Amino acid sequence: MDDQQIYAELTGVFQDVFDEDAIDITPELSAKDVDGWDSLTHIRLILTIEKTFKIKFTTSEIGKLENVGELVALIKARA
Amino acid sequence: MPRVSEEFPEKLKALRNVAGPLGRELQLLASHALDLNQLMKLGKAISRAHSEGKSMEPLAPFRLAVLSNSTIDLIVQPLIASAARHGIVLEVIQPLYDQVAQEALTPDSKVNSSKPDAVLFALDYRALPLKLSLGDAQAASATVQGVIGYLQALRDGIKANSNAVCIFQTFAPPVETLFGSLDRALPGTLRSLIDSINRELAEFVLNSGDVLLDVAALAETVGLADWHNTQLWNMGKFSFSDELIPLYADHVGRTISALRGKSRKVLILDLDNTVWGGVIGDDGLEGILIAQGDARGEAHLAVQRLALELRQRGIVLAVSSKNTDSVAREPFEKHPEMLLKLEHIAVFQANWNDKATNIQAIAEELSLGLDAMVFLDDNPVERGLVRKLLPQVAVPELPEEPAYYARTLAAAGYFEAVAFASEDLKRAGFYQDNAKRASLQKQVGGVDAYLASLDMTITFQPFDATGRARIVQLINKSNQFNLTTRRYTDPEVAEAENDPQVFTMQVRLVDTFGDNGMIGVILCRPAEVNAWEIDTWLMSCRVLGRKVENMVLREILDHARAAGIEKLIGVYKPTDRNKLVVDHYGKLGFAKIAEEESGLTRWELLVEEAEPESAPMKIVSQSFPAFKEIQRA
Repeated sequence: MDDQQIYAELTGVFQDVFDEDAIDITPELSAKDVDGWDSLTHIRLILTIEKTFKIKFTTSEIGKLENVGELVALIKARA
Repeated sequence: MPRVSEEFPEKLKALRNVAGPLGRELQLLASHALDLNQLMKLGKAISRAHSEGKSMEPLAPFRLAVLSNSTIDLIVQPLIASAARHGIVLEVIQPLYDQVAQEALTPDSKVNSSKPDAVLFALDYRALPLKLSLGDAQAASATVQGVIGYLQALRDGIKANSNAVCIFQTFAPPVETLFGSLDRALPGTLRSLIDSINRELAEFVLNSGDVLLDVAALAETVGLADWHNTQLWNMGKFSFSDELIPLYADHVGRTISALRGKSRKVLILDLDNTVWGGVIGDDGLEGILIAQGDARGEAHLAVQRLALELRQRGIVLAVSSKNTDSVAREPFEKHPEMLLKLEHIAVFQANWNDKATNIQAIAEELSLGLDAMVFLDDNPVERGLVRKLLPQVAVPELPEEPAYYARTLAAAGYFEAVAFASEDLKRAGFYQDNAKRASLQKQVGGVDAYLASLDMTITFQPFDATGRARIVQLINKSNQFNLTTRRYTDPEVAEAENDPQVFTMQVRLVDTFGDNGMIGVILCRPAEVNAWEIDTWLMSCRVLGRKVENMVLREILDHARAAGIEKLIGVYKPTDRNKLVVDHYGKLGFAKIAEEESGLTRWELLVEEAEPESAPMKIVSQSFPAFKEIQRA
């Protein structure tokens, strides 16, 4: 899976989790940029990504994530 | 439940613009297999509409406080969405995290001062003061009593301060064992402690008049390893897997619905391929499958057994079947392996009306609302029709394999009850006494719109080698929708296939639910000058009521015109199975020209003048030769 495909899939996941169609995914995007991206939504986001890409993250991986770019790198390494 | 449609997000958004009461639409949306994110969205939409003061009729309002030692933020919206599925508009009161005892015992706590209808103690084993005491029965018993005492104190607090109904959950034991199998037997292990607590809690609830939600059984049903997600517990104190939130929320929904007296009361059974295997009208008394020792028969017997057990606990049974009444009753009266007898059925509707009309008649006859009805049918088209026209009726989505019918029905929890009284035992009989034959004059509207939504494609072809085996099978098996019941062998069918004088046609139908395969066989032979006699016209009863016969006639007429045929002659030859089609030709616009003493009737239709009504489906007509030179006999 290349970056472009991952970003495309991920946009759908973000729209689904945040219930917001106008969300724009960039590598720099992080929790502080998005309304409603709290710790709870973060877990829901991770769970939905795990289901969508059929992968599992470890607890420490989830804890270390800083922005969407890192998330994509992690998905790429797994998927 | 049926799968969710792709239009779910649009439908959700459209809710904001609905002017009238939202209840029906919400219940319909909620009655799909929704995942966690979808339930969150629906839950939010319901809460928003509710807080805006919109009418939620006919959903019944309910206030539920949830006390938990775990994070329930992912559960609240799904609870609201799932409650709507069960006819409840739910408001959830959620105190701060892990404040169970404080909330229950303080008179002016958030929970107590909000005066909820019920309090759900959503506790898991990690909330309990459990001390292992391996092999020490006395200490183990003290631990169990301590836990029950704690739960009792919580209950007393709620009862004294807000008098809400208390809903307790049994506890799902963790996966990990200490010794292995011995954990179950040895006093003082975690597993044996939790076993004892669950047993004592159940007994306590039965006597106190509170309500039990058997989460332990739920967890066992899906598997403890899937229920417990330790990673999620560590990360956010979620007490069970996110994947199972929809299932859990549905169970809470049914419990509340049962508390509000909204559990369903009537089970309406289809007969062919639901109560028995096969089609009574075609296979006959000897041919249907219900015997012990036959794999399919046992699956249908299991459905009967469950229905009978439900009746014993007070659920009323009814039948809705597309059949001739006397034919449908025969197995009940004569088949030795049938568990269900006519005396168990309060209302017996076997006729050729659509099932939505029949179900309405059953509801009227029993003087019960449609929201008390559950309809069990193997045929996805019938299920779709009833869901569409009568959304209040619960229609379980059955798997293809009959072995799972009984389980699917039981698992759906339509008949959930929170208490059992001796009056329940008498109820089924009570309704039965009052039941009279319902009148079916009133047809449910909207069937045409429904037919259009089926997205049907009908395919016409002449007989060919590929289709021959199925053609022969239909010719020799079909009894009900069969005008002449002429049986032909394989060589005879092949002969017709190759005879340029004979017009043959096989009919297939595909709809939104899948491929119905070959559903009709037509054979016309040259009769008088420039006339065809319809030697064979048979169809599968599966596609009844979908105006397929109109389309078949239109197709025959097209070919007749091309072949220079001026007249079609139809014959109805009565048997004891084909009353269904006694007026088949009359309905299609044929004029009756003769009636014999045997009941045989002859009909004719002038090709030039004929214009049968069309039906909404796509037509594919292929592989027909040019017919010009066929008929000049």
